[in-house]
Amino acid sequence: MPTIVVEVMPKAELLDPQGKAVAGALRRLGKTEFTGVRVGKRFELTVEGPADAALLAEVQELADTVLSNSVIEDVTSIFVLEAVAGETH
Amino acid sequence: MRIGVVTFPGSLDDRDAQRAIRLAGATPVALWHGEHDLHGVDALVLPGGFSYGDYLRAGAIASLSPIMAEVIDAANKGMPVLGICNGFQMLTEAHLLEGGLIRNEAGAFICRDQRLRIENTDTAWTNGFTADQEITIPLKNGEGGFIASEDTLARLEGEGRVIARYLDVNPNGSLNEIAGITNARGNVVGLMPHPEHAVEPGFGPDTVAAMRSGVDGLAFFTSVIERSLVNA
Repeated sequence: MPTIVVEVMPKAELLDPQGKAVAGALRRLGKTEFTGVRVGKRFELTVEGPADAALLAEVQELADTVLSNSVIEDVTSIFVLEAVAGETH
Repeated sequence: MRIGVVTFPGSLDDRDAQRAIRLAGATPVALWHGEHDLHGVDALVLPGGFSYGDYLRAGAIASLSPIMAEVIDAANKGMPVLGICNGFQMLTEAHLLEGGLIRNEAGAFICRDQRLRIENTDTAWTNGFTADQEITIPLKNGEGGFIASEDTLARLEGEGRVIARYLDVNPNGSLNEIAGITNARGNVVGLMPHPEHAVEPGFGPDTVAAMRSGVDGLAFFTSVIERSLVNA
């Protein structure tokens, strides 16, 4: 059963208050080597059948219209994760 | 006049919106997100709250609800629609209004009585105000930062479609201190602060006259009633 991964990030030019809060926590821990943190989202869509071109086109469409809002976010990547051999679920 | 208030899973202010409609002199009609039926109402309010726990994006899942097909159709035909807070987020997610709302700049949930200036008194929901009238109504949001592309922002400003702007402080990092906008036709209005919580003496913001006596929010609801009488 393939899994299609969709990754969405807040637009680079926008302030990411969530990332800013995490960056502040890292700074307080003394981890000063990290100059910035941005927080995004990862969706994992599981299908029964093959992840063929038609399905990936549908995922692209959904990624652009439902999973992300183009006013505030960018879809940064879509890729297929094949089931790992020996996985029990 | 009958004004529908749509309840979504996680709506909080639907009852307050119904009460505001009643106090303004119209009949509130409770509508359910899962139906494809507006029950013949003359106007609509999408209330505040945390529909679907703000999952995915605030207002995003609610904007895909069954009833939203009818809401979008009615809005495009000119029916007055007011989205308050989470309702404003739904209107942007449904593409009935431009721009978007993101997490507050300071990262914290903000709850305060907020001063605003009403800058467009031609819309279905603001015609009862005087130009540049200053009002105070409660504000309470975690994701109220209004953003839009440079082009969109210039168009909204150029066409006078900013209906309300924050005064004194910008509570959530909204671009140009924008608290609310309207569509080109003026029938759809989105507002981040909550007029429905400032409609009855004793339960509103403090004023210089008396504690909790502020009723500045009522004019949003009387505006749409007046407009319907003029058009009748």
